Amino acid sequence: MSDLAHGTQEAQEQAIQGTSNWHLIYKRLKKNKTALIGGYLILIFIIVALIGPLFTVHDPLRVDYSTRLLPPSSDFWLGTDHNGRDIFTRLIHGMSITLYIGFLSVFVGMVIGVPMGILSGYYGKLLDTIIMRIVDVLLAFPGILLAIALVSVLGGSINNVIVAVGIFSIPGFARIVRGTTMAVSKLEYIEAVRALGASDLRIIFLHILPNIVSPIIVQATIRIAIAILIASGLSFLGLGAQPPTPEWGAMLSQGRSYMFDHPYVALFPGLAIVSVVLAFNLFGDGLRDAFDPRTRV
Amino acid sequence: MSSVEPILQIKDLRTSFFIDRGEVKAVDGVTLDVPKGKTLGVVGESGCGKSVMALSILQLLEEPGKIVGGEILFNNVNLLQKSEKEMRDIRGNNISMIFQEPMTSLNPVYTIGEQISESYRVHQNMGKKDAYQKSLEMLRLVGIPSPEKRLHQYPYELSGGMRQRVMIAMALACRPDLLVADEPTTALDVTIQAQILELIKDLQTKLHMSVIIITHDLGIVAETCDRVAVMYCGNIVEQADAEELFERPRHPYTAGLFNSLPRHDQEKEELEAILGYVPSPIEMPQGCRFSPRCSYAEEICRQQNPDLKTLDNTRAVRCWIYSDGWKGSKEVAYHG
Repeated sequence: MSDLAHGTQEAQEQAIQGTSNWHLIYKRLKKNKTALIGGYLILIFIIVALIGPLFTVHDPLRVDYSTRLLPPSSDFWLGTDHNGRDIFTRLIHGMSITLYIGFLSVFVGMVIGVPMGILSGYYGKLLDTIIMRIVDVLLAFPGILLAIALVSVLGGSINNVIVAVGIFSIPGFARIVRGTTMAVSKLEYIEAVRALGASDLRIIFLHILPNIVSPIIVQATIRIAIAILIASGLSFLGLGAQPPTPEWGAMLSQGRSYMFDHPYVALFPGLAIVSVVLAFNLFGDGLRDAFDPRTRV
Repeated sequence: MSSVEPILQIKDLRTSFFIDRGEVKAVDGVTLDVPKGKTLGVVGESGCGKSVMALSILQLLEEPGKIVGGEILFNNVNLLQKSEKEMRDIRGNNISMIFQEPMTSLNPVYTIGEQISESYRVHQNMGKKDAYQKSLEMLRLVGIPSPEKRLHQYPYELSGGMRQRVMIAMALACRPDLLVADEPTTALDVTIQAQILELIKDLQTKLHMSVIIITHDLGIVAETCDRVAVMYCGNIVEQADAEELFERPRHPYTAGLFNSLPRHDQEKEELEAILGYVPSPIEMPQGCRFSPRCSYAEEICRQQNPDLKTLDNTRAVRCWIYSDGWKGSKEVAYHG
């Protein structure tokens, strides 16, 4: 009986300690004010993307020439565009598109790039050479050019932008994961589990992968900012989301023609892009510092 | 040869590293036996090939290391003919290994319990709960205080000595027949060293296993080993029962090692040293590898490497002095 009670208490203790590492990282993140601001902004953006569209009074797509190019007012908070649509409403609706592209494209890059990096770093030799040359080829193209090339082949749509930006994110993941895998797989504890008879798959997934999640998370966060920027750029060039989709890059592009007389048409989508990218960058930098063992208290 | 049946027989093992500058013969024709239930000490200085030999037994060598010849018979089955998958079944299950660095030999992201469970999960397909229960037993067996608490702790919460105990628990979880301990106490301080050696000895009797202890510390050998093999430059130069070896070393290198030990019963300004340096592994001297540093060396020593010669039932020496053709004295200076 006492044994049993002891057991459950142990289990609780373990549950607490199991999170101790993450707890520590959270504590350090909390100390970093700029990272915290970035984190809260991201949280707000996600909430807006999920429930924001429910609270807007205007229709993001309905064309109404009677309200064309109106300056900001109590009715149209951020003014209206050349088709008479409320810019604020369109920005709120565009939020989910932006985040969707950002998260999903980085996820695509991660799902392909991380295994490539692990295989390359763990097995080395010929496999490493082949994978790293593929990565080199991907890196040799300037990012935006590669994305443009891919989208022009695949055709302009949000999903094709995700594929293009995803492929563009592969090398970053593959490189970072390869390096950390190489470092980790040479460590004694990997040799020790190999001496226990663990198979390669077991070593890779249960022993190496948990030890390299932190650089992957940091890389993913910073990559999301880049992905959003590239995706907006593609839409700006008319290769991504097609009108009348309220995609921010596309809105910026349309507002360009009215820059001098009605600057708010281009200004607010631009500010929206900047704030999201900035939030992810701040948060990513903060995460990197929090994961860095040298800054550990 | 020993009277007890050997559990492991290494015959003419050759392991080389193929690097740009050529082939480095790290282990060059090692032959030795590990008697069942006994402890074999492998002694030698840094770089003599003792760790490479240990890794060869389990075939854990990393590129560019490669076993190029010989046989490793475990219970009369040649391990070198096993596939990688068969070797995985043997590692940790029949033959286990513990390493030098307890501080870095545990995975920082798993608890002690999870790491010991790994052996059971790999080899016995055991469920999480059962494996935890077994791990707890193992922690008790290796003498870790309050094992229930330790089971749920992470490696950074344990001291070096505790971690080495955990490593031993992991290695012995599946009750292997043979434990290969590669300098198990080198990274620990002296009091902890004694405890760990005591523990290994104790578990050896309890679990009826055979042990290979690889070390450069003759004190450890004296304390724990039944048989000793002395290695120099990839060769075994002398093999004997521990007592006999300490009584009277035959090979000039072994004698040199003993003569260089500090002694508490003699006042000495300076310790005796073996003259010269260990030769570069790429340019091994012709003939006996110890000949450039050996004060007894004759012409033949510099021309031809002697074979490991069995002197009587239990000893073998690789030295020309004990050949029939040797003209000079057969005594090797030893003031022990």
